[in-house]
Amino acid sequence: MIYRLVWENLKHRPVRTLLSAIFIGVQVTLILTIVGLSDGTFGEMQERSRGTGADIVIRPPNSTVIQFTGNMMHGKELVAKVRQQPHVKIATGVLVQGIGNFQSISGIDLADFKAMNGGFTYIEGGPFQHPNDLMIDANFARFRKLHVGEPLDLGNGFNWNICAVVEPGKLSQLFAQLQPLQEMYSATNQVSAVYVQVDDPANIPAVKDQLQKLLDDYVILTMQQLLDMISVDNVPLVKGFTNVVIGISLVVGFLVVLLTMYTAVLERTREIGILKALGASPGYVLGVLLREAVLLAVIGTVAGIAMTYGSKWLLHFVLPPMLTEIAVPRWWPIALAISLVGGVLGAIYPGVKAARQDAIEALSYD
Amino acid sequence: MIEIHGLTKVYETGEVPVHALRGVDLRVAKGEFVAVVGPSGSGKSTLFHILGGLTPPTSGGVFINGRDLLRMSDLERTELRKTHVGFVFQKYNLLPTLTAEENIEIARDIAGRSSQPLDKDFQEILQHLHITGRMHHKPRALSGGEQQRVAIARAIVNRPALLLADEPTGNLDTENSEAVLTILRDLNARLNQTILMITHNPEAAAYAHRTVRMRDGRIVDESLPGASPHDTNRPKIGG
Ligand SMILES: Nc1ncnc2c1ncn2[C@@H]1O[C@H](COP(=O)(O)OP(=O)(O)O)[C@@H](O)[C@H]1O
Ligand SMILES: [Mg+2]
Repeated sequence: MIYRLVWENLKHRPVRTLLSAIFIGVQVTLILTIVGLSDGTFGEMQERSRGTGADIVIRPPNSTVIQFTGNMMHGKELVAKVRQQPHVKIATGVLVQGIGNFQSISGIDLADFKAMNGGFTYIEGGPFQHPNDLMIDANFARFRKLHVGEPLDLGNGFNWNICAVVEPGKLSQLFAQLQPLQEMYSATNQVSAVYVQVDDPANIPAVKDQLQKLLDDYVILTMQQLLDMISVDNVPLVKGFTNVVIGISLVVGFLVVLLTMYTAVLERTREIGILKALGASPGYVLGVLLREAVLLAVIGTVAGIAMTYGSKWLLHFVLPPMLTEIAVPRWWPIALAISLVGGVLGAIYPGVKAARQDAIEALSYD
Repeated sequence: MIEIHGLTKVYETGEVPVHALRGVDLRVAKGEFVAVVGPSGSGKSTLFHILGGLTPPTSGGVFINGRDLLRMSDLERTELRKTHVGFVFQKYNLLPTLTAEENIEIARDIAGRSSQPLDKDFQEILQHLHITGRMHHKPRALSGGEQQRVAIARAIVNRPALLLADEPTGNLDTENSEAVLTILRDLNARLNQTILMITHNPEAAAYAHRTVRMRDGRIVDESLPGASPHDTNRPKIGG
C-alpha cells in the first residue's frame, strides 16, 4: 500500500517526476558513455594488438603502452639479429609515426606482416604499388568517407594515395610501406617496435628472456603483458576523468532529488499531517519519502540506460575512428548504485523535515 | 473509558503563551456519544488533539482505557493514534492521490493490519455508508458527503476505542449532514463505538447522548438531551 502512495505521489506531478528522472538519466548516460567509450576504445586497441599475430613485442627503452619514447636505430640489423634467435619464426619492424589527433601511420613490411597474421582482408583495392600508397581500415574510411584512388592529405604535406580499404583489427588504422615512411619522416632505418612470432607458444617465455639478455634495456613484452597493459587503469587521465564524472553525477543526483523532494514535502504538508493523524510514525513518513527517491533513482537510471543507446547511435556519426563506444551492462548496477546513493542522500533532509512536521499545524495548513 | 481531570494546555509557540485549556474535567463511558459545543477558540479542538495523541497535555490527568497520556512519549502517542483513536475532520482530510479504497487501506497499512482481511462488521458498515460504488474514485471525484463518509470508514477501520469527530458536518449541506450524523449514531449503536463530536449546530448535538459546553478552556455545562444513551450501564456523569 505504501508503494501505491509512493507511486501515486510521483504520478501526481508527472512533469516534475519526468524532469527529475531525465536529470538523473543524463548523469547515468554520461557515466555509461564515458565508460563505454574508454572500454570500447581500449578494447579495440587490444583487438588490433592481438591482430598482429605477434607473441612478443620489442619497444625502445622506457616505453609505455600508449607512448613511444623515440625510435630504435638500425632497424634492419635489429630485426635480423632477433630473427637469428632460436625459436623465432618471424620478426618484423614497424615504424609508428604520429600525425596528431592521437592518430598514427604504421609503416610495415607487407610480406612479413602477411606471414605473421595472414595479411589484410581487402574490402577495396589491393596491396601497395607506389611509395605514397596508403591503406586505411574500414572505420577510418567510413568516418572520412574515403575510397580507393582518392588522394589524402594527413596534414603532413605528403600527398597520400589510398590504395586499399581493409578490414579493421590489425595493428593500426593507417598503413604505409616501411621504407618510404622512414624516408618521409627522416627516420631512415628506424623502427618503433619489432613484432616477433615464436614457433611454439610454449617457447614464448624462453624467447622473451633470451631477447631481454640480448637487448638489455629495451622493453620486451609478451602479447599477454601488452594486452594487460592496454587498460584504462594505466591511463590516469581517463581514469581520473571518469571519476570526476562519477563525482559530479553523485552531486547532481543528490541535488535533483533534494530539490524534488523538498518541494514535494512543502506541497504535501497537509497529507503528511493526515498520515500522522492516522498514526504514521516519523519512520513511516520518512520511509514514504525515501521510497519515492529510490523509485525516482530507478526510473532515472533506466531512462539513462535507454538514453545511452541513443547517444551511442548519435556518437557513431561524430566519433573519430580511433574512438569506439560499446554498451557496458556491467556498469549498469554501478550507475544505479550511484543514482541511489545520490537520491537517498538527497531525500534525507526533506524526509526528516517531513517526519518532524507538527501534525496539528500541518492539518490546519491550507 | 476516558477520564480527564484538571487538564491544562498551554501553547508556547507564539510570543505569548496561549492557555487553550485551563482545567478540564470530563468523564466519558465506553459506548457514549458526546457532543462538545462552545464558541470558537474555547479549546474544543485542543481537547481533541490531546485525546487523539496529536499533542501532549501540559498538566492534569488524561486517561484513555487507563493509559496516562501525560506520561506518554512521542512514540507512545503515535502508537495511541494508530491503535486507539480515529479522527474525522471538518475538511475530510483524505489523501488526494489515493482512491477512497486506498485511503482506507493506508490506515490499515499504517496500523500494520493490511494483511488481515476486512472484518465482517466493517464490511457491513461500508454497505450502510453507501460508498461501495465509489471506492475506486479519488477524493476530487467524490461529493463532500461521500468524502466525509469515506473519512468515517477510514477512521474506524482499525476499530479504535475512541472516535473523535471535529465538526464533521461543518462543510456539509443539511441532507449530507443528516446522513453523516445518522451514520455516527448508527456506529455508536451498532458497534458500541465511543464517539466525541465537536459541533456548532444544536441540531447536530441532538444526535448525541449528551452535550458538553466549553468556554475559555473549561467545561461550563453538561446536559442530557432527550436521546437516551445506548449503554444503560453508563456511570454517573463525572465533573
Ligand atoms: N497549535 C497551536 N498553537 C498555538 N495556539 C493554538 C494552537 N492551536 C490552538 N491554539 C489556540 O488555542 C485556543 C483554543 O483553540 P482551539 O482548541 O482550536 O479552539 P476551538 O476548537 O474551540 O475553536 C485558541 O486561542 C487558539 O488560537
Ligand atoms: Mg476547532
